[in-house]
Amino acid sequence: MSSTHAATEDIFASPGEATADRVYLAQGGDWSDIANEHAERGDETIVVNMGPQHPSTHGVLRLIMEMDGETVVSCRPGIGFLHTGIEKNMEYRTWTQGVTFCTRMDYVAPLFNEAVYCLGVEKLLGITDDIPERASVIRVLVMELNRIASHLVAMGTGGMEIGALTMMTIAFREREMILDFLEGISGLRMNHAFIRPGGVANDLPEGGIDHLRTIVAWLKKHLPEYAAFCNENPIFKLRMCDIGKLNLAQCMSMGVTGPRLRGTGFDWDLRKVQPYCGYETYDFETITWEGDDAYAAFRIRLDECWESLKIIEQCMERLEKTQGQPIMVADAKIAWPASLSLGPDGQGNSNEHIKHIMGESMEALIHHFKLVTEGFKVPVGQVYQAIESPKGELGVHLVSDGGTRPYRAHFRDPGFNHLQSMSMLTEGGMMSDVVVSLASLDPVLGGVDR
Amino acid sequence: MNDENLPESSTSGLPAETSDGFSARSAFATTKGMWSRGAGDTSGYGGITRSLQMPGSSEPPFDDEAADAIHGRALEVVPALRGARVLYDRGELTIFVDRAELPAVVKAFRDDAFLRFEICMSVSGVHYPQQTGAELHAVYHLISITHNRRVRLEVTCPDADPHIPSVVATYPMADWHERETWDLFGIQFDGHPALTRILMPDDWEGHPQRKDYPLGGVDVEYKGARVPAPDNRRTYS
Repeated sequence: MSSTHAATEDIFASPGEATADRVYLAQGGDWSDIANEHAERGDETIVVNMGPQHPSTHGVLRLIMEMDGETVVSCRPGIGFLHTGIEKNMEYRTWTQGVTFCTRMDYVAPLFNEAVYCLGVEKLLGITDDIPERASVIRVLVMELNRIASHLVAMGTGGMEIGALTMMTIAFREREMILDFLEGISGLRMNHAFIRPGGVANDLPEGGIDHLRTIVAWLKKHLPEYAAFCNENPIFKLRMCDIGKLNLAQCMSMGVTGPRLRGTGFDWDLRKVQPYCGYETYDFETITWEGDDAYAAFRIRLDECWESLKIIEQCMERLEKTQGQPIMVADAKIAWPASLSLGPDGQGNSNEHIKHIMGESMEALIHHFKLVTEGFKVPVGQVYQAIESPKGELGVHLVSDGGTRPYRAHFRDPGFNHLQSMSMLTEGGMMSDVVVSLASLDPVLGGVDR
Repeated sequence: MNDENLPESSTSGLPAETSDGFSARSAFATTKGMWSRGAGDTSGYGGITRSLQMPGSSEPPFDDEAADAIHGRALEVVPALRGARVLYDRGELTIFVDRAELPAVVKAFRDDAFLRFEICMSVSGVHYPQQTGAELHAVYHLISITHNRRVRLEVTCPDADPHIPSVVATYPMADWHERETWDLFGIQFDGHPALTRILMPDDWEGHPQRKDYPLGGVDVEYKGARVPAPDNRRTYS
């Protein structure tokens, strides 16, 4: 058989590495030619290299799979293609600037990266209890909005990967509504750098609550569509049910948290069991589902969107009650100038603050200058802080040497941990189920590789 | 934050020198006066000297029932931990484990019904070049889902002999976390099934998160002014 796909030599072998006797290239021909030639040769297995590219929409991941026909014999993920040295970079910036870096890790859920980092810094500073109530409410609000946006991406791209393209188009439509609000509050659709050590960067914009109401109404109208499309859809269920099985024992042995752990029927949500940002004062349920499979994770994500909506409505009430209250910690040695408005140069400015430092108080000017250029000092020590991100436990380990920069910042991204279980999810299964298993973990490679 | 606001452990009341010389070698820096490190001080407070060092150790009972319970039980099931340094700081319990004891300690921490730390959430390396003989630290964050408690284990190894036993046999989920710590810090986890690089390319030289590894970067020209690369900028720590 003529083989346009066969390379004459093993172009994938590193120098010094033993070469494979046959290499297939997936270009310039028909897949069936490869399959036929492979069958003719009578090889036991074939190694398929999936990626490194976006095998779906999760980021740059490489899956090295050994296939026996259509069956996965072994699956090994290769990561690191999006490693950008965020943790190392943070060691060279002030504690406040660190937010700008860590928000870029898991770019689908940036506000969670910011929140966990800021909660860690606040624990180091010992000011956890001094964060103003309104700041915590705004944090909860943006996190829950972001949770819905992240779950929408998970469900939408997860649907797209199995051919349900409508899922993706409607999920991104809803997500865009949420991103509009986050843009209104922070100026950016993603990578907001909005939550800062000590509070948040800005109060709600004018008309923010009304904008929020329209979003809640929109989501309430459109979220049922996902259930109507998928929940009982026989094709969807055939692709999702009993695929990517992960039971409670496996979750415990692989350290899996988030929707996949709750998908075994186990009730574990850090917002409930180790509350932060005042989550213990909100009324919502932890969603569980018994199924151990990709379908369970999907149902949990969908139901969690409704729980997040419940929290958002409670946040709206509280925001109306706390109108005009501070959004940044009172300690002027930590609080960066907050409540900026857009200046004529396109930069954020606060007229009142500028009037104060430029016209009224020399000391205030010096203090402002020192705070912004040097940053604040954080007492020596180390902390670990964890929050429930849409994907599972997102943790940060921070070490301070008493200076104005982190001595070490390490993030425990749930996706990094969860990708380890790809072998467990896919081996023995069909090739077509690999992407379903992957999507059920909802990894975002920006966070995995950091 | 002002220097006066620093907690006790890093200003007055420095912990006494322990037998392993922890305090002396754990200091990050000694600062003089009111201003930043290395800056000239004309404030009149030039005589103030402070040592910036990691909090030393705590004596049980801690101000926390869960921490007392974990520590008490740990000493019962792992006698080797008696005499080990423990620290209760900011509501978190840290137990410093000798690297030779680590496999036995994590096994007991997972298997003992009262401790039952099922998951090792994260293994995180930290490089302290000033701690001669214990430059590299591996920090394990364990969680007990049964009891809803957390504990931190800290293990050190010298730069000259960067070996720590792997915990993968007890905590399979620590596999990639240990690979990351090897990749970025150069700590070799003995007994790990496949200790290869994970974030950096396979043929990379050096371990980027170590303090002696430069960040790199180029100067940037902006509106006629030259802004140095981040690792060459003035530091105020």
